[in-house]
Amino acid sequence: MNKILLIIQREYTTRVRKKSFWIASLLVPILIAAIYAIPLYLFLNSNDTKTIEVVDESKLFKGKLQSEEDITFKFIETTFDQAKKNLYKGNADIVVSIPKDILDNPNGVKMVGKKSIGLSTQFSIQGKIQNELRNIKLQRANIDLKVLEENKVNVNAKTYTLNEDGGEQSSSSTGAMILAGIFGMILYISAFLYGSQVMNGVIEEKSNRIIEVMISSVRPFQLMMGKIVGVGLVGLTQFLLWGVLTFGASTATTAIMSGKIQEKVETLKQSGAGSDEIKKYQDSVKDTNPLSSISQTIENISLAKIIICFFLFYIGGYLLYSSLFAAIGSAVENASEAQQFMFPVTIPIILSFILAQVIIQKPDSPIAFWASIFPLTSPIDMMVRLPFGVPNWEIALSFVLLVFGFLGTTWFAGKVYRVGILMYGKKPTWKEISKWVFYKG
Amino acid sequence: MSNILEARHVVKRYAGHTALDKVSIEVPAGSIFGLLGPNGAGKTSLIRIINQITAPDEGEIILLGEKLQPKHIEVIGYLPEERGLYKKMKVGEQLLYLAQLKGMSKAEATEKLKHWFIKFDIKDWWNKNVEDLSKGMQQKTQFIATIVHEPKLIILDEPFSGFDPINANLLKDEILELKEKGTTIIFSTHRMESVEELCDHIALINKSKVVLHGAKKEVKNRFRDNSYTIEFIGTLNANPLFFEVLDSKPLEDGITQSHIKLVEGVSVNQMITVLLEQVMLISFNENIPSFNEIFIKVVGGEANDIL
Repeated sequence: MNKILLIIQREYTTRVRKKSFWIASLLVPILIAAIYAIPLYLFLNSNDTKTIEVVDESKLFKGKLQSEEDITFKFIETTFDQAKKNLYKGNADIVVSIPKDILDNPNGVKMVGKKSIGLSTQFSIQGKIQNELRNIKLQRANIDLKVLEENKVNVNAKTYTLNEDGGEQSSSSTGAMILAGIFGMILYISAFLYGSQVMNGVIEEKSNRIIEVMISSVRPFQLMMGKIVGVGLVGLTQFLLWGVLTFGASTATTAIMSGKIQEKVETLKQSGAGSDEIKKYQDSVKDTNPLSSISQTIENISLAKIIICFFLFYIGGYLLYSSLFAAIGSAVENASEAQQFMFPVTIPIILSFILAQVIIQKPDSPIAFWASIFPLTSPIDMMVRLPFGVPNWEIALSFVLLVFGFLGTTWFAGKVYRVGILMYGKKPTWKEISKWVFYKG
Repeated sequence: MSNILEARHVVKRYAGHTALDKVSIEVPAGSIFGLLGPNGAGKTSLIRIINQITAPDEGEIILLGEKLQPKHIEVIGYLPEERGLYKKMKVGEQLLYLAQLKGMSKAEATEKLKHWFIKFDIKDWWNKNVEDLSKGMQQKTQFIATIVHEPKLIILDEPFSGFDPINANLLKDEILELKEKGTTIIFSTHRMESVEELCDHIALINKSKVVLHGAKKEVKNRFRDNSYTIEFIGTLNANPLFFEVLDSKPLEDGITQSHIKLVEGVSVNQMITVLLEQVMLISFNENIPSFNEIFIKVVGGEANDIL
């Protein structure tokens, strides 16, 4: 037992000391924070106003295209060609030409920019022209705009799920989907990442030829399990760091940004905007933060349950797959040889990731049920299903089967490993590997 | 002298072939025991069984009077033929790790390792990565890993391969010193001159079977063929009652050198008497076979390409 601890310690410390571990631990939270902070930053700092000159040959739009914070429209009387010539020297950024026959030919609008025209600018100009064009057409068809406006109704249903004691529980399926997607990705990536770390560790020991010294001191099974557990702990450490750092980074971003948001709200108030408008603005800020709808979902299904399930299924799934990867590593002599054997092991991982997409769409379908029960797919698929609400007995059944699953694979892997690590020279076939299982001591 | 290790009728089969076929050897305590044999004879299979890397299909191993069991790992030090260390680990750290796996406490291992680092004059290696060491330096490191836990039995598989002559001598001295201290050493090798020099006892394995076993002298005696090399002045005629002349060649100053073989039952004294009647005898030596010759003789033609 003491020896296993020594092995775990070595496997853990040598990996945690590597630069690559710390780079990955820091980079991921920074990336996540950036994904959240950059759109927010851009949103808050979109003050760059573009001047747009409009050559309106149809004479329909003058005074009707409303200037906004970031776009100022200026109607000019010159020809389009002349305006283009002036564009270089002038202050305008974009020249828009609206043809005479715009009503019959809505595709005739042209835009010329000093620099290339950004998509959002293009869409916002197009949108304004389109709206105006529609209004004109409606008017011509004698439809009163006011009546139309009054008849626009917004339906905003709130969704609830029935909970076990008959009460209502609000459910946010967007949050659940995002959360499920995150779980799926983490478990999918970690199965490959840490599984192949175990495999490469075994290959390293074999190709370094230290394996013979090692197994004259410890039993092969101890060495294999020590490596698997050590790498698994590295994975858990990494998750912990990711969790803490991501939380820290996004809190920090929010703190920095909130001042700005407040400022904006103030200016909106001063410019006489109604409370509706301010609320709309605050909501749109909220929308850029993906964590908000997730945290709502998490509240609904209990944070503790999610964390416990995540660790249980991570550990179970990791043990199941990494022992198979260890067996592969023991059978080959270098990473390129391993490819051929990795294929059958990676299929169920990829399959469970594909099934995860189905589960997110239909979390209560039979396929979702079976995928989250079957040990080879359950680690990923149960976690994906969890945010949508899964009965406790299903979770328990799935986990018990997973335990049997990894006991089975570690037994199998141990048998293969013990023979494989001493085999040099020839590339084994699947048939031979399956024979190793029945070799004596 | 009692035996530290006995293998009794050990059989090991792999798919398709038998690696060890009823192999029995006895290794006396405190001796240097040479395990000889051509490639593929089964030496490594036997060594792996002694190290409990694999288990025999039949037979048993007795170590220190007990059946081989997991606790014995700590009294054995093993240097495999295929050397290897963790490349990215520091030398000192790695040796500490390996020593702890052999059951030493960290403090004890640190102290012993310091002693060896001073002895081999490699103090500044402690914090070097193994991959930055030369091959010879790695060999030294690995040798320390083999002996740091002061095993009672050391098993060296082809210990001299990869050593330059200076380091090979250092290793030889170290082996002899360990023997002085009462350690038993088993080493497997192809290099017969080191067998000649170091071993007290040998076992020769060929085609999965022990074909020669015993004390070095005794084995050699078995291969004496009653032939002598003599140098003399004069003319030598064969005497079919006493000896036959195998070959003759003239040396300087009228001296001739001949190989003769005694007829069975003839004593050395009788030979000398007969010879003195014919020639002026300058020297005579019994042809004691070298282990090289014994090896080739026993293993046969197939071994020629190996030696």
